[in-house]
This record gives sequence, C-alpha cells and structure tokens, in this order.
Amino acid sequence: MSRLKPREEYEKTRAFRFFRWLSGSKDPYLGEVEMKPQEEWKEEESVHLDHIHDHQALRSRIYDTEHNKKILFFYKLYKLAAVLFCVGLAALLLYTVSYLPKTGAADRPANNEVPARYIEKGLQETGAVNIVTGMILDYRAFDTFGESNVLFVATVTVLILLHAKKNGKGEEEQENDRIFEPKNDAILQAGATILVPVIMLFGVYIVLNGHLSPGGGFSGGAVIGAGLILYLNAFGFKKTEKLFTEKVYKWVSFSALTTYCLAKSYSFFTGANHLESHIPLGTPGHILSSGLILLLNICVGMVVACTMYTFYVMFRKGDF
Amino acid sequence: MTVFQLMLMTFLIVCAVSASFSKNLLNSVLIYMSFSLVMSILWVCLESPDLAITEAAVGAGVTSLLFFATLKKIRGIVIEREVEKQEREKEKEKSDE
Amino acid sequence: MGANLLVNYGEAVAMLLFVIGFTNLLLQKNLIKKIIGLNIMDSAVYLFLAEKGYIEGRTVPIVVNGVQDVEAYINPIPSGLVLTGIVVSVSVTALMLSLTIRLYRRYHTLDLDEISTRLKKEGL
Repeated sequence: MSRLKPREEYEKTRAFRFFRWLSGSKDPYLGEVEMKPQEEWKEEESVHLDHIHDHQALRSRIYDTEHNKKILFFYKLYKLAAVLFCVGLAALLLYTVSYLPKTGAADRPANNEVPARYIEKGLQETGAVNIVTGMILDYRAFDTFGESNVLFVATVTVLILLHAKKNGKGEEEQENDRIFEPKNDAILQAGATILVPVIMLFGVYIVLNGHLSPGGGFSGGAVIGAGLILYLNAFGFKKTEKLFTEKVYKWVSFSALTTYCLAKSYSFFTGANHLESHIPLGTPGHILSSGLILLLNICVGMVVACTMYTFYVMFRKGDF
Repeated sequence: MTVFQLMLMTFLIVCAVSASFSKNLLNSVLIYMSFSLVMSILWVCLESPDLAITEAAVGAGVTSLLFFATLKKIRGIVIEREVEKQEREKEKEKSDE
Repeated sequence: MGANLLVNYGEAVAMLLFVIGFTNLLLQKNLIKKIIGLNIMDSAVYLFLAEKGYIEGRTVPIVVNGVQDVEAYINPIPSGLVLTGIVVSVSVTALMLSLTIRLYRRYHTLDLDEISTRLKKEGL
C-alpha cells in the first residue's frame, strides 16, 4: 500500500499543479496579474435598435425593385432566357415525336406480351368483364392502394392548412364570405330536390358496376362527391352537417383504407409461392362475381367521395 | 374521326393559349373548365370510357369548383376590407358632424 | 427529322400543350395562373400516355360476347395509369390552392415577385 500524502504537502508537488492546469479549474491570471474588476458586458438598448435599423435599411436598399438596376436587368434577362428555353424545349420534343412509331400501329414495342396476357387471361383470372378495372384492382392492386393513401394525405394537409379557429379571424371571414350569396334560392332548391337523388343513385350505380361496364371506384366516387356538394350549396351548412360531420369522415375513410389493406394482403403469401387463393370468382357478367373487386371498388369510391366533399367544405367554411 | 379529332385538338390549343393571356382571373378559370370538358370528349375518341367519366366529373367538376371557391375567398377578403373602410368613413363623417 | 411528325398529330399536340403549360408556369406573375399552367401540363401528359395505348381498328377493352382475342382490344395498361394520375392531379391542385389562400391572408397580394421581395426584406 502506498502512503497517502497529507493535503498541504500534495499541493506543493508538480503533479498536483499539472493536473490542475489540465483540468482548467483555476484561472491562471487571477492573483498573478494586475487586472481591472470584471463586469458583465451589457449591450445598450439603443445600440441594439440601431443595428436592427441599419440591417433593415440595407436590405430595403438592396431589394428595392424599382431603382436597383441589377435587379431590373435580372428580371429582363430571366424573361428572355425563359422564352428561349421553352422554344428550345418545344423544338426538341417535336423532334423526338417525329421519330416515334406511328400512332395506332399494332406492332409498337408497348404492345408486347404483358397486355396480351391481361386480355387473354383476364376474365379467367380476375373474373371481371371490364379488363381495365380487373387490372387496376387485381393485377396492380397496390398502385390503387397507394393512390387512395395519396388522397387521404392530401385531405389531411388541407385540413391542417385551412382549419378556421373558433374565436379568431375565421368567424368574421366566414360571415363576410357569404354577403353576396342569395340564401334559400327557390330555383336552386327546386332543382336540387330533383337532381340530388338522381346524381347519388347514378354514382352508386357506377361504383357497383365497376367490373361490368366502364366506371369503377374513382369515377363513381367523384360523382357522389359532386352530388354532396350540390346538396350543400342548395340547402346550406346546417342541414348537411346532420349527414356528414367530422366523425363520419374519420370513420369512413379509416375503415375503407383498412379494409382495402387487409383484403389485399393475402397476396403477400400466395403470390410468389404460386399458391391458389381460394376466393370464389363467380360467373362473369353477374354483379356478385369477380371475387374481391366489388368490395375494393366500394372502398375506393367512399374514400374519393369523402375527399372531394372535404376539399370543398374546407375551402368554403373552415370547419366541418 | 381524324378531322373531328384534329378540330378538337385545335380547340384545346386555342383554349390553353387564351387562358394564359386573359386579364380577368374568372375568365381564365372558365376557359380552363371548357378545356377540361373537351379533353373528356377526346378520351372517348381514344376508346377509354373510364377516363372520360373520371375527367368529366373531376376536371370539369371538382377542380374548377375549387378554383371558384378560392377566387371567392380572395375577393371575400377584399370585400371585407372595403366594407370596413366604408364603415370607418361613415364614423368619421358622424364624428365630424 | 423523322417522318412521323404529322402522323403522330396527337402526340405532337400533347407536347405543344406541355410547353404552353410550362411557359405559363415560368413567366406568369399571378399565382392562380401558374396553378392553371401546372394543370395544363398534367393534362398534356395524360393525353400523351393515352395516345400510346390506342390501336387503330380495335375497340374498348370490355369483353363482349366472350371474344378474348388480343387482336380485338386496345392496350389497357396506359388507361389504368392515367386513371390514377387524374385523381392525384386534383389532390395536388387542392393543396396548392389552399397554400395560395394562406399566402394571400398573410401578404394580401397574389403577385409572386412582390411576395418574394417582401420575404427578403423581412430577412427570412
């Protein structure tokens, strides 16, 4: 065991001084050099304000668009360069188009074995009479899922940007937004009483018949959304809020997206392993055929309709 | 059909150019709406009815409606400031009297 | 210069519309006209894609009377791609218009040059 030195003897050794210098715990100038008493540096308010004032004056002189010659020259140069660039782009694109294969020719490279497979085996493998719907909801179902998510994300972003606060500027703007609008217009209400049920029925027909005739989730959803917008315009906000509130929107879009996701995840297991997914395909031509396509069309249609309606309501009034 | 398609496409180009050169914003949006509608007819000529229904409902319907709603919000804000100015002038006149 | 410029009139018109929309986007000062220019560019691209799928003499890809010959229907793939694109284009337009409304509330102008000048003067 080593003998420990007492404290006063240790403080006289070189090792103690070395380690104290290394750790920096003692100020080397204090007590060794003559210094004035230290005060904290305070900046005067007026000096600070002068600094800010100078910065602002400098910036407004630099970016003064009317008198600064360099900025005016840049604007003119920008316009000239933009026109030249666009003319050059047009010439280049037309030059490329002239070398493409003829429109409507049957032997172009885009008509290879992939569309041949979709057309020849489409009816047997998907059960849908409409080949395009069968393709986007069965062969390429993940693209449609991604696109429904894009719609959902866009709606959420518009909700964040345009949501009006209750006791802010929003209320005054809402009232002044409708100063010049005729309320309870008789012609519009009479027309809407006849048209809105027909439009909704037509939209539902398009969605349900997606696999048998042209249409599908996107078209039908857009038509249903347009019908809801007409109802809102004719009858005011209070009546429509009984039908469609924020809770309805949340539940509808969430359940539609989750159903789509869960319904199509079987193909993770059956696709690459070449297994049979035992979903009944039914007789083509009947409405209850083609496996899961009817369910997926309904999900996509609901998401699209809610999206269109939400965009419009957010733009008119900031709230649901 | 070729002549019909050529006429429709010429109309498309004319619509696009005049939508960029008009001074009134409302006129621009209306011309864009008709551009969208003629595109919808072109989709039928190109044998894709799904696209025609979707473009008619979405392009000539919802997009143009959103443009109108935006223009109304912007002008609504302008109208609100003018209404405030008128009210202030009336108050000044009353206090002057 | 290849020989197909006048035969591919649909694609040439689509390219012209694309350049018109792009010029709008670059040179217009008003924000709403820029958004209209972007929409015109979108529509031009969809027209080009759908022209790629068209084959002369064949019909709509809906199976009628059990005829499942490749020779009887047009190419269905570009149609599916454009369908997704049209709906995404409306979401992008709605997003840009809501950003325009917020910008207008803050700066009370729709002129992009003025907004950027004011931003630089504020030092942002």
